[in-house]
Amino acid sequence: MKQTLLSLSNLSKQFDGKTVLDSLDLEILDGEFITLLGPSGCGKTTLLRLMAGFEHPDTGTITLGGEDLTHTPPEKRPLNTVFQNYALFPHMSVFDNVAYGLKMEKRPKEEIRQRVDDALAMVQLGEFARRKPHQLSGGQQQRVAIARAVIKRPKMLLLDEPLSALDFKLRRTMQVELKRLQRELGITFVFVTHDQEEALSMSDRVVVLKDGQVQQLGTPREVYERPANLFTARFVGDTNFFAGRVDVANGDDTITVDVFGLKRTFPKPDFQVAAGQLLHVLLRPEDIRVLAPNDDDGVAGKVVERNYKGSTLDSVIHLDDGTEVLASEFFDEDDPTFDYSLGERVKVSWVDGWEWLLPEENTETELEGAVDA
Amino acid sequence: MSRWLPRTYLTLVYLLLYVPILVLVVFSFNDSRSGYAWGGLSLRWYEALFNNRAMVQAMWNSLWLALSAATVSTVIGALTALALHRYRFRGKQVLNGMLFVVMMSPEIVLAISLLGLFLLVGLQLGYVSLLLAHVTFCLPFVVITVMARLSGFDERLPEAARDLGASDFTMTRTVLIPVIMPALLAGWLLGFTLSLDDVVVSTFVGGPSYEILPLRIYSMVRVGLKPEVNALGTLLLVFSLVMLMLSQWILLRSKR
Repeated sequence: MKQTLLSLSNLSKQFDGKTVLDSLDLEILDGEFITLLGPSGCGKTTLLRLMAGFEHPDTGTITLGGEDLTHTPPEKRPLNTVFQNYALFPHMSVFDNVAYGLKMEKRPKEEIRQRVDDALAMVQLGEFARRKPHQLSGGQQQRVAIARAVIKRPKMLLLDEPLSALDFKLRRTMQVELKRLQRELGITFVFVTHDQEEALSMSDRVVVLKDGQVQQLGTPREVYERPANLFTARFVGDTNFFAGRVDVANGDDTITVDVFGLKRTFPKPDFQVAAGQLLHVLLRPEDIRVLAPNDDDGVAGKVVERNYKGSTLDSVIHLDDGTEVLASEFFDEDDPTFDYSLGERVKVSWVDGWEWLLPEENTETELEGAVDA
Repeated sequence: MSRWLPRTYLTLVYLLLYVPILVLVVFSFNDSRSGYAWGGLSLRWYEALFNNRAMVQAMWNSLWLALSAATVSTVIGALTALALHRYRFRGKQVLNGMLFVVMMSPEIVLAISLLGLFLLVGLQLGYVSLLLAHVTFCLPFVVITVMARLSGFDERLPEAARDLGASDFTMTRTVLIPVIMPALLAGWLLGFTLSLDDVVVSTFVGGPSYEILPLRIYSMVRVGLKPEVNALGTLLLVFSLVMLMLSQWILLRSKR
């Protein structure tokens, strides 16, 4: 069991009367890669800045390994930051940028040289030591920023959307590289992003934030497959929401739910259910099965859109009651010509047990929050 | 035709700008006493200039005044610009606006009011009164130059320095000042130039104990211009060209 490294309790922060963080609690474990995920304005960057010490909370405490850091200035905190636009010192060479933290510790010259050389070698920038930041590409500047931030061997590295300025391919490379660095250094990484795919692929745990509150905290798999609420379900990946009504809450651990007039039996969810209650049945596009129109199972509809994605065929199906369904199917080796024509009649079903149930919520506010997802 | 018109126009503009300066330089080497006739090459006016002890003294006084006024106003101006940029405080807008008032108000108004102030507090007119006056009219230019540089300054840089263990003071020394150095230099040069050729304010707040060059030349013109003024003008021209090249060189080096 990993130990808690940084513990945030009851943190609140307001800017000009607007609440950015709302009595937030969070425990960050030693050595983990944890991602703060949320739409812009959800408070993720503010949370990171509170950890770094650039902002001070209105209420609450921050403790690192049992030591209270709440009012410690940034230069006295054993954690370092990689900034969104790198914030490299423009008047210093790459070497001096990376050496800055060690010079502040007044380390001997020889030690500084050795450690900077090692750090630059680690990010494969050995031969660029004499260059100025503006002579480097975006990806190289990013590596310098990382080398500069890890040179003091911090207990924790804070990364504020570090990959957002890079193009898609470079971003994928840097994602892999960051994971490798984190494994090699064994430092706790706190990573801020609004990119859910990035969050899922890189993290040990994901914190989904909205309006300064934690919506869900869990492994990428938990967040994706078992979202805690409608916001998380909408923000992380594409989701089909089907309206369901509880038909029978069986005494044992299953319930029968009426979805599109079909009676399906589900395991009992971990919230209270009663007969007649409305709920949401969540299905990811890849859980959907598209069947022939004469199949016994499923709900009838017609294909209104098809997108060839290389490895999958994504389609949008209009059910006869007006519901739109997103489906994503893998190509089958046995049927390489598999495709739909627009307007084709089909039936829609899913594999039993792959659905996820959520209680009815006041959906209007939820929709607002998910707009920029 | 259409090609000649812009060329002629451009030539005329440059002639208008540089012919007077060229005439001054050429006539500084003129052996004739008259300002209109050429009497052969000579360095006699340079000799006369350096033998004119009052003139040389006035030159040193002017240089020293410009140097100190530029330095003092750069220090105060840079701190003012930093305060205006970094902090939110009461009266910030007023302070900002007052700088523009000093810059926009006619020099003669500034001169009269400064003289009035100095007489009121009983300050003897001389180096100190000149310095205070020059710092006053140089200050807004320095503040505006530095503020312009700061507005493009990445706010994350000081944070990055603090994050890596620098105290506020060390951050200022190792990151903030080097980054705004070009603006400090530009502000200093601007102040130096403004101070060096100021006549109006200096006429009012200067005193006989500390004679400066522009006033000296001005008084000479009234009794009759001697060619040694040409020599002086040429020296000042060379001096400002050297200063200009030096500042450009420093700027280029800081960019690399």
